[in-house]
Amino acid sequence: MDPMKKLLNGDEAIAHAARVAGVNLGIGYPGTPSTEILETFSALGGYAQWAPNEKVAAEVAIGAALAGGKAVVTMKHVGMNVAADPFFTAAYTGVKGSLVICAADDPGMASSQNEQDSRRYAVAAGLPMLEPADSQQCYDYFILATELSKRFGTPVILRLTTRVCHSKTIVSIGTFSEPETPSYTKDAKSHVMVPAFARLAHVRLRKRLKDLEEWNCENGPCTFLGPEGAKSGVIATGISAMHAAEALPEARIMQPGMTYPLPLAKIKEFVNSHEDNLVVEEGDPIVVETLLANGMNVRGKKEAFRFGELNVARVKKLAADDVTPDPAPAPGKPPQLCPGCPHRLTFQALHDLGCTVCGDIGCYTLGVLPPYEAMDTCVCMGASISAALGMREVLPAEQAKRIVSVIGDSTFMHSGLTGLVDMVYNRPPHGHVVILLDNSTTAMTGLQEHPGTGRRLDHTETVRVDPAAVARAIGVRVEEVDPLAMKDTLKDFIQEQLDKEDVCMIIMKRSCLLALKHLKDREKAQAEEKKN
Amino acid sequence: MKNINIVFAGLGGQGVLRASDITAEAAFLTGFDVKKAEVHGMSQRGGSVSSDVRFGEGIKSPMIPAGTADFLVLLDASQKDPNALCCNEKTVVIEPEVIKIESLPNPKGLNVALLGYLSKMLPEIPEENWQKALENNFPEKLRESNTIAFEVGRKANAR
Repeated sequence: MDPMKKLLNGDEAIAHAARVAGVNLGIGYPGTPSTEILETFSALGGYAQWAPNEKVAAEVAIGAALAGGKAVVTMKHVGMNVAADPFFTAAYTGVKGSLVICAADDPGMASSQNEQDSRRYAVAAGLPMLEPADSQQCYDYFILATELSKRFGTPVILRLTTRVCHSKTIVSIGTFSEPETPSYTKDAKSHVMVPAFARLAHVRLRKRLKDLEEWNCENGPCTFLGPEGAKSGVIATGISAMHAAEALPEARIMQPGMTYPLPLAKIKEFVNSHEDNLVVEEGDPIVVETLLANGMNVRGKKEAFRFGELNVARVKKLAADDVTPDPAPAPGKPPQLCPGCPHRLTFQALHDLGCTVCGDIGCYTLGVLPPYEAMDTCVCMGASISAALGMREVLPAEQAKRIVSVIGDSTFMHSGLTGLVDMVYNRPPHGHVVILLDNSTTAMTGLQEHPGTGRRLDHTETVRVDPAAVARAIGVRVEEVDPLAMKDTLKDFIQEQLDKEDVCMIIMKRSCLLALKHLKDREKAQAEEKKN
Repeated sequence: MKNINIVFAGLGGQGVLRASDITAEAAFLTGFDVKKAEVHGMSQRGGSVSSDVRFGEGIKSPMIPAGTADFLVLLDASQKDPNALCCNEKTVVIEPEVIKIESLPNPKGLNVALLGYLSKMLPEIPEENWQKALENNFPEKLRESNTIAFEVGRKANAR
């Protein structure tokens, strides 16, 4: 076995590539399936941080790249929505160093609230995008994205999917290089987006995309699979190319690595050399619509294949326009709140009280399932507080008074703060109760730190942002309790707070059992290290 | 040789992903092309978990197509039906009952014991590569109990 070869998942491959490329700063917000990129990058000696949310992460990364550094920012697809504001204008400012945006989509929604196709962001913002099919391509394309970012002066999107992030395949790894310290050069005309400068920047952006398309046609990454001289051609993106190579062994497959801007001239050549051409892509029909709009002889998939992820069997059906329903496996066991999870007590109380619960994103969303069924809404990070305000504003008093918000500690730092400000600023007639389930970790994504834990990404200590102090400063009455100690009185306690009709935040403080175990293990390891 | 497809299935916390990691690594150390697919994220919450390992030459999709599993290794008997679509009439189904839990130093070692059982049916992978993969996937303090568990599994498979 070659010592430079490793069996890695896509996230780990990107982390290795970031060390090889000499990235100065990795930053992001945890989100399945992207979380392991920064964790691995940090474990490999890279400098990585968790930001409170994706917008902040994107801005920090843009700052690093404007300063001339090499930056990577990671997030799941819905994080792209949060970070969209800075990305659209970073496409105008461009970058001096390099900026790679790792955006991980979740077709099939293994652990997400929607299956949006983030490739639309590349088109909408005018950012070049690479789509790897396996871990080797994750590695290669990350390094390429860093080079292209610097060369063309633009952020580059590395678009991933759950299967690419979490599948392990063999990767050849190069030598790590330590990051270089950049030196700042002032360039206000490029970096200050007042209208007069931005108008010029938009023209530059469109010119840059033309240049990138030309580069993509001549030198862009492109993988061909299957027999040469085949009658049928397939244009496939990302992991769909792997499924297609297995499902359609008679066909010649072209997988363009850069899918925005597409190498149209190169694809046209491929299309013209086959009798029929099929486009295989997960999610929205983006590539096929572009090729059809450019007058190419291609066909796409039926609407049924927009939903869920593709696999070998589904690609066979896709090619045959077979839209009969896929055989459904016997149902497995759904996830549930862990035995002994402190959240269980709160949901039992809310269930017993018959509250209308505006929920949020995290483990605790499982409170919607039996036996509690104590959740009424869950839309996006932070909406538990703001959506509850909307409901309280329009509903009659007897219904409005039953509404509570339930939010986790990491989600509160992510997007709960501004909602809480609004709750005080536009206080509803009967006040409101926000329940902060503070288990001192980002549990859902695998126990990551956040500003409220007082520890950084690598678990070293830093200043703790105390949610109670922040809420009090905003003008909220705060009650800090241990749900375990109040087991029998929790229901009455919540009702009492509702009856006060002010804006109250109940902090249910009790560590996640899984996090506690990790914390103890780390403390033990540190103690042993000290001894030696 | 024909490419080998192995599905591991169980519940969150049983070590399904660890078992598939070890198998993939043992095949990798032997010099095969390997791909491993899984969906994780909600698995810690006690739900169904499964993972696909494929090895041989020129593996394409990391996911095992329906009806093509050579082995289905069950860490929990309840997961047989939810994974039935991956099987055909020749699929070898390894049920958790093949291991006597009392014979393990730690009941959590069931995943490793099942690997021991499976390893007897995969002559393509030398035992030393299983051992190396086990070493690489567990901290030192668990090494001994896992070596025993693996051996219990091998002995349970009399072939």
